[in-house]
Amino acid sequence: MNPVRTAEQAGVMECPQCSAIHPRRRGGSACDRCGAALHLRKPDSLRRTWAFLLAAMALYLPANILPIMTTGTLLGSQTNTILSGVVYLWQDGSYFVAAVVFCASIVIPIFKLAVLLMLVITVQVRSIWRPVERTRLYGMVEAVGRWSMVDVFVVALLASLVRLDALATVRPEPGAIAFGAVVVLTMLASMSFDPRLIWDPLDAHDKQA
Amino acid sequence: MTNKPDIPPGATPGEPARRRPSRWLPSLVWLIPIVAAIAGLSFALNSWYARGPTIDITFRSAEGIEAGKTKVRYKDVDIGQVKSIELAKDRSHVIVEVELTANASGFAVEDSRFWVVKPRIAASGVSGLGTLLSGAYIGVDAGRSQEREDSFTGLEVPPIVTADTPGKQFVLHAGDLGSLDIGSPVYFRRVNVGQVVAYDLDQNGKGVTVRVFVRSPYDSFVTTSTRFWHSSGVNLKLDADGLKLQTESISTVLLGGVSFIDSPHLPPGQPAQDDAVFQLAGNQDDALKVEDGPPTSAVMYFEQSVRGLSPGAPVDFRGVVIGAVRSIGIEFRRDTNSFRLPVVVDFYPSRLGLRRTGEPGALDEDAERRLMDVLVRRGMRAQLRNGNLLTGQMYIAIDFFKGAPLPANMGRSQGLDEFPTIPGAFDELQGKLADIVDKIGKVPFDTIGRDLTAALAGMRETMASADKLVKRLDGQVAPEIVATMEDARKTLKAAEGTFSADAPMQQDLRRALRELMRTANSLRQLTDYLEENPQSLLRGKPKEER
Ligand SMILES: [Zn+2]
Repeated sequence: MNPVRTAEQAGVMECPQCSAIHPRRRGGSACDRCGAALHLRKPDSLRRTWAFLLAAMALYLPANILPIMTTGTLLGSQTNTILSGVVYLWQDGSYFVAAVVFCASIVIPIFKLAVLLMLVITVQVRSIWRPVERTRLYGMVEAVGRWSMVDVFVVALLASLVRLDALATVRPEPGAIAFGAVVVLTMLASMSFDPRLIWDPLDAHDKQA
Repeated sequence: MTNKPDIPPGATPGEPARRRPSRWLPSLVWLIPIVAAIAGLSFALNSWYARGPTIDITFRSAEGIEAGKTKVRYKDVDIGQVKSIELAKDRSHVIVEVELTANASGFAVEDSRFWVVKPRIAASGVSGLGTLLSGAYIGVDAGRSQEREDSFTGLEVPPIVTADTPGKQFVLHAGDLGSLDIGSPVYFRRVNVGQVVAYDLDQNGKGVTVRVFVRSPYDSFVTTSTRFWHSSGVNLKLDADGLKLQTESISTVLLGGVSFIDSPHLPPGQPAQDDAVFQLAGNQDDALKVEDGPPTSAVMYFEQSVRGLSPGAPVDFRGVVIGAVRSIGIEFRRDTNSFRLPVVVDFYPSRLGLRRTGEPGALDEDAERRLMDVLVRRGMRAQLRNGNLLTGQMYIAIDFFKGAPLPANMGRSQGLDEFPTIPGAFDELQGKLADIVDKIGKVPFDTIGRDLTAALAGMRETMASADKLVKRLDGQVAPEIVATMEDARKTLKAAEGTFSADAPMQQDLRRALRELMRTANSLRQLTDYLEENPQSLLRGKPKEER
């Protein structure tokens, strides 16, 4: 790997909002130009990521086990969890919708949680393993994050639209809240993660070498 | 995590003061996973507690039941859902696994009953029409037991009475089911107050047990002195009052039914408990007759033929039936090389005016035996008698026989009291005939013959004197009679003169008759005229005709 000079090594740091360069010792003070707080890294990044990640993981199980909505019709009512909804759609012949819901609601959250977990663990142990790939994975997490909200939107839309009390009702169940919380918490976790932390151990490694 | 890499180790003295707020702020961050964990846990616990018990219900077939779709409903409220349907190992039935909701966990008790609600047409009407649209569901009758149970046998037909209907169930023992069926009505004074809910053959096959349900408030009319009877069918009775036709109602004739009423012979009883046991009599008369209580058995040994005597034949005391024959056997006596016929009979002491065992004032066994002893000493015996000369039916009569010899062995045999017997009526007849022959033998026929000869001689003498008497009559009385006849003829002649045609009395009579005829003639003329001219009565006769 080519030796690189980082901002830290150069003794400067960049304003996260207006990109103005400040001396490194100004850490914690406000930017001269825009007044944003100056930090060399996102403050408390690892700790916050851990917190949001653990919270998301704690809610992941109920989000998938609990029913997310109840659809009531004249002929009886049906309560669906995310997985049973996917199965229902698949059996119904809506393979495309089933696949989309399956990806958005099950694959993506698991992917995000798994990647973030891997990232925080590797950063925590100051691993120097494949920093490029890890950074790319983080970019992917950021990119797909918003798509996992599909299910929550569906429930919210249906619940507000289908209000023919006698004939048909759609009622959100606790699972929807848990699911929404998982989505929001993973977004927050990925937001609070600072990808530059992936590279910090490398600098130390280089120094030692 | 306390060692922050972005804070250089050689910091200015002012720096720790600035970092203080960030000391407790990061710890706030940990609140998020804690809150999330608590929320997640509470969600999970909620759903765990909302899950309710899982129960297995076996049905003969899974017709209309779908896994993951069919609901369990109580009063049209969903209380559970079918999770899976499995075939039993022996393939004789299906096992339906049902997950109840948490608030329905009270349904998973011992006496809850489950059945499949689907459209049904029965004698009592059409039911389950709503399931035509919504599909079948599993109905529940909530049990009241406290015993938890998670395995049930589903009913094939909906129960007649659900547990939430107030009322009581009673158990009736009957000889046969008659025309009863599940759903047959129960009547109290011909008011429909309940239904037959179940019946079953007794274990020993010697009768049936019928369960009836009587709705509240009528269930309070079932008391400890209540009697039940089959009101099915028609009861045709011919007695001294004439022909009587008894039915409860037309529907009982078709469907059968059970009626009950308090026995008029018993004091008013307490309201009966749930599941109280009663006898179900064949008809009202049987149900309401005075109860006999437990019978006392005794054995009677007869030496003569018991042809015509059958089990159930009456035991009669001066015309009152006090018991019945239970069994007839035969026994070889080695000591005398003879046969005797043991007849076991059941007496009902109450019919003899004695108190039933168990009642206050009833005789205990010893006292009963002592009384029997006294009665036997006074000549009480059993005797076979002919009840019906045409059919040859026999019955056993109990009576006092003066001078009957005391039985050789008064005691027990076959574990029963032995009741002494006396030869039957036919044997008695034979004995009497022998008596008569004996007496005839004692008649002094030769003496009678001698007397008879003497009498005949006397009679001959009498005849001779009679002859003499006739001769004398001929001679003396006959001339007198001839003279009398002469006088009589004279008298008759005089009478003839009086009544001859030219006799003066006859002349007068003829004249009178002629006058009378003339009068009648003129009277007829007058009436003829009046008939033609009735006005002449008022106006007189018209002039021109004068
Ligand atoms: Zn700036």
